Amino acid sequence: MSAPPREPSAAAPEGAAATPDGSDLTTRSAVAARGSLHAPTARSWRALLEPVLIVAIGAGWMVYVRNTHLDSIAARVLTLDYVTRKTWEHVELTVVATLIVLVIAIPLGVLLSRSFARPATPFVLAVANIGQSAPAIGVVVLLAVIFGIGFWTAIVALVAYGVLPALRNTMVGLQQVDPTLTDAGRGIGMSATRVLTRVELPLATPVILAGIRTTLVLMVGTASIASFISGGGLGDLVTTGVSTQRTPVLLTGCILIALLALLVDWVGGMAARYLAPKGL
Amino acid sequence: MPDTLPDPSAGGDGEPRAGGAAASGPSETPGPAGPSEPAGPSEAALASAAQEPGAFSASGSSSERAAPSGASEPPGPSDRPDASGGPPGGEGGRDRAGIELINVTKRFPGQRTPAVDDVSLTIPGGEIVVLLGPSGSGKTTTMRLINRLIEPTSGRIIVAGREAMGLDPNELRRHIGYVIQNAGLFPHMTVGTNVGLVPQMLGWDKKRIAERVDELLRLVDLPPEQFRDRYPRELSGGQQQRVGVARALGADPPAMLMDEPFGALDPITRERLQDELLQLQEELGKTIVFVTHDVDEALKLGDRIAILDKGSRIVQYATPQEILLNPADEYVEQFLGGAQAMKLLKFSRVADVPLQQVPQARPEDDAAAVRERIGTADDSFAIVLDGRSRPVRWITAADLEGVTGPIGERGEPAATPIRARNTLQQALEALIQIEHEWVPVVGPRGVYRGTVTLATLQNAIKEMKEQAKARRRQDRTAAP
Repeated sequence: MSAPPREPSAAAPEGAAATPDGSDLTTRSAVAARGSLHAPTARSWRALLEPVLIVAIGAGWMVYVRNTHLDSIAARVLTLDYVTRKTWEHVELTVVATLIVLVIAIPLGVLLSRSFARPATPFVLAVANIGQSAPAIGVVVLLAVIFGIGFWTAIVALVAYGVLPALRNTMVGLQQVDPTLTDAGRGIGMSATRVLTRVELPLATPVILAGIRTTLVLMVGTASIASFISGGGLGDLVTTGVSTQRTPVLLTGCILIALLALLVDWVGGMAARYLAPKGL
Repeated sequence: MPDTLPDPSAGGDGEPRAGGAAASGPSETPGPAGPSEPAGPSEAALASAAQEPGAFSASGSSSERAAPSGASEPPGPSDRPDASGGPPGGEGGRDRAGIELINVTKRFPGQRTPAVDDVSLTIPGGEIVVLLGPSGSGKTTTMRLINRLIEPTSGRIIVAGREAMGLDPNELRRHIGYVIQNAGLFPHMTVGTNVGLVPQMLGWDKKRIAERVDELLRLVDLPPEQFRDRYPRELSGGQQQRVGVARALGADPPAMLMDEPFGALDPITRERLQDELLQLQEELGKTIVFVTHDVDEALKLGDRIAILDKGSRIVQYATPQEILLNPADEYVEQFLGGAQAMKLLKFSRVADVPLQQVPQARPEDDAAAVRERIGTADDSFAIVLDGRSRPVRWITAADLEGVTGPIGERGEPAATPIRARNTLQQALEALIQIEHEWVPVVGPRGVYRGTVTLATLQNAIKEMKEQAKARRRQDRTAAP
């Protein structure tokens, strides 16, 4: 495939194409992906504003909280070293859980969108629904009883919780591909596999990426409960803050989780923008 | 490169083989084509698969010259199909590109009546055959049976001399162009990528694909520099459909299937694309199966029209002229919707009319010899043809008075020629507007065919009427 010229000026009017409705999860990044036909470059510095702002707020909060009068308990927890470690643990939980979710959900979604697997769809969706509708905190505790406490148990709970949106979006993304295009693909002699890889998956990419973004954000929030079963993460700050009644600690945990969620959402948005096929 | 249907043994699993992989296998020694060019090994294999290499060169490919030896010489960047030498094809080659349906039935599961019921249809090579019928008559289903997008329940389908059922369906489809309504371009691929898809699947190398893409884009009147790297969404509906046609022509297939390709376009664009398709067909001579429910479109485009009723029953299969003059039954008559006389003028082609022949001359011919050929009367004349047999000037006996040596640039320029593909209505219009009484008629690549005058057309219409009358009389005597 020859590389298209990267010129933002050739962009078609925004939102000219109908947004695929179907899943409420799809719309957000689908619109972002439709911004222009060619990869945007001219205004990309503006996109960098958001993460810079997020990091600045986080750093500012840390500076502020360290300079307030902390008692010895709070001061011991709110060292830069400890907070960084917890943040990193949180990122690890999020990323590992998301990767596993994707490895499960995308192939499963592709499989379920094949005509031969259609009868199995409601059953798989029911299982995925249970995973998401069961309260995460309950699942975490239950799994800890079965598997013991620790990082990987937390991962299992997070994965069970996060599969549904990614799976749903993969399926919706593939279903909304115009059937005349798959017909055209078959008609010019593409094999079924080739139609999937060259036509269906690329066209479903914006919706699938939206699902991944949703999953990531979901994982950041939910990873906080790993703290209950010694899974680590920023949840530790929250639980410590609550149990020792130290509001600065509690607030630090909450603010960092929120900022992390925003940052991850931004990363997801960038991915949707740059990984989605051009021309849509 | 002549394109033929692949040998079943070369079809394989339907996945493209990269590079040399395709050359290995049963057709390792590609016979007359020669294995010299690594560019298109699968093409070389295909060429050798045809028992008579070059059989399709007449019908299949005028845009890529050097038919059987194409493998040893990559097609040059030269673009204009009319630049290729080679006379228009002989009939022998055309038949090999034909399509035949023999007692084909398609029954969808859970339906009581078959969608296609025991249909037999012979589509001669190099012709446009229109399947015409109301919605639900099974015309699209019939068309999709040919490239096996729908598998027939029973019956035989022969495409370009090969049993379609014995071929790998993907391989088969790569050698039958496929054009659908709204073009069906892949929005995430550039125009160039879309057009190059089939060659890519056939394992051509990048350079050859790029050349082919440019050639095809020029063929459908889209300058490659301007359109190659654009995305389908940036194109108008008409432009998209041109790209659709270019994509279908990707590997220069002998046959094309077109499913209401112009149905979604506005009338003006539709008309223009129809004209362009006819012009393209004049150059390429593909076997085209064209599905439509638009009677005017069918009459305009079809060399033959198959009028279908429920269950794909073929009510009448004949030339447009014959259908207009002699509709098989009430159903057909009703479908045509009256005003047949005007339609006859509108849809009969100049090629269907016996043309008048006048003496011909070449610029290098000796004046005395030409004078002898056209006679001595002052108003007698000859048509002067150029090196490619295209009409350029009229020359009268008066022009040659006292001239010796070659006739050169004498005489007056001939009027813009009428194309053999044009309708009688268009010809009539041209004849009325033009000051000359005689207008030359040209075939593919502007090659001179004959001349028409108003009288020619008048006679032709009279002839048609008489034929129809005679046939009706015959039918009446035969019926009881």
